[in-house]
Amino acid sequence: MTGIRLSVPETAARGEVVEIKALLRHPMESGFRRGSRGEVIPRDIITRFECDLDGTLVFASDFHPAIAANPLITFHMRATESGVLTFRWTDQNGEVWSDTASIAVT
Amino acid sequence: MRDKALFNATRRQILTAGGGAVLISSLPLSAFADEADLLRARTDLFGDRPIQEERVTVKLPPIAENGHSVPLSVSVDSPMTDDDYVKQIAILSPRNTLPLIGQFHLTPFSGKAQVSTRIRMSGTQAIQAVAEMSDGSLWAGSTETVVTLAACVVL
Repeated sequence: MTGIRLSVPETAARGEVVEIKALLRHPMESGFRRGSRGEVIPRDIITRFECDLDGTLVFASDFHPAIAANPLITFHMRATESGVLTFRWTDQNGEVWSDTASIAVT
Repeated sequence: MRDKALFNATRRQILTAGGGAVLISSLPLSAFADEADLLRARTDLFGDRPIQEERVTVKLPPIAENGHSVPLSVSVDSPMTDDDYVKQIAILSPRNTLPLIGQFHLTPFSGKAQVSTRIRMSGTQAIQAVAEMSDGSLWAGSTETVVTLAACVVL
């Protein structure tokens, strides 16, 4: 799906700690802003981000309105097994964006 | 002459009224959040458990020109093994409308307790990070950043 950018190393040595970056294009509308006619722009934010390796949760985050637009998150993972990383973003209405990346552990 | 005086008075009244309106509209902004809100949000998350000011490092630029997007990096001094790891890191603000900025949930698979993202800041303030370890102990650290253009209109 477009709007998602991932940075995951293709290979890693067993036991190595790798850096993972994930970005989703999203306005993260805080719900505190007003439009040109003074009306409050309704809140529209991503509330949850999850990353799992073949079903095992590696990292998760709860977002609130003070996370900037196009949320970029950088975290780490200890490479133990080769597998597929699934990245999942859920917004306040339950809409889900997701993408995968595979990592080979040698 | 008299007309001019009248006009001046009217203009002064208009200006005073306008100034008053500005003052009133800015009141909720100046009164919207303080340290007590941060403490309340912290109590909501972690209760009254003791928090030690150690082991948590918050990295922010010393001066942020734009409060709409400020790079934040948090790291916690932890071995990140199966039985001793960081469970959660909460980012708190004493000045934003909502004191809770975000929560990061880590696992033993995280390998390294370091997370970065970009946050909104409504003015100069000290951002605090509270880390909850797998044994339940709480640790905190904070860093102050000067924000030139606040995101207060946004947040």
